[in-house]
Amino acid sequence: MIALFVLLIVCCFLCLYRIGMGPTPPDRTVGIDILGTLVVGFCALTAILTGKDWYMNIAISWALLSFIGTIALAKFLEGRGFDE
Amino acid sequence: MNETIGIVIISLGVAFDLFGCIGLVRLPDIYNRLQGATKCVTLGTCLILLGVLVHSGGAMGIKALLCAVFILLTSPTGAHALARGAHRSGVKLWSGSVMDKYAEDSEGQLDQ
Repeated sequence: MIALFVLLIVCCFLCLYRIGMGPTPPDRTVGIDILGTLVVGFCALTAILTGKDWYMNIAISWALLSFIGTIALAKFLEGRGFDE
Repeated sequence: MNETIGIVIISLGVAFDLFGCIGLVRLPDIYNRLQGATKCVTLGTCLILLGVLVHSGGAMGIKALLCAVFILLTSPTGAHALARGAHRSGVKLWSGSVMDKYAEDSEGQLDQ
């Protein structure tokens, strides 16, 4: 169980490498998107480890909010308004 | 028995996550990184959530199933929007890419 946590932390550090070293702004945005999806898996593993089911509430709301953030950043990269 | 099967499914999901993140670091340009990372990490996280459903069941399992449905709906949409935004903001393709159908289809429309 602890080994799974360690592997997920390695995944998060690979994403942080891409966020830090990405040559263009969309590369950093991809890293942020993938990091948000990894946090959902992290919350699920924590829910199993501790046995408290409200961690799954955090996972659901994190998934939806990460999606909204990704859409906002993509529209910002496109350089246009939200209504076009 | 259920707990063992759940741990096996969760381990498979973490392995998919790890391969997706290695692809995110190793692939050459933004479109390849989206292709490699988004699919692998979406499948990996959905497998982790299905493993929680098999492992625990009950209210936690129902919430995990709901969360997996949300991930399956939102992650490809976000990746599509990101690729479109990257292409329109002028990010060049990798030098080894062989075709760019989006630029051919929308030729002349980008200048308006």
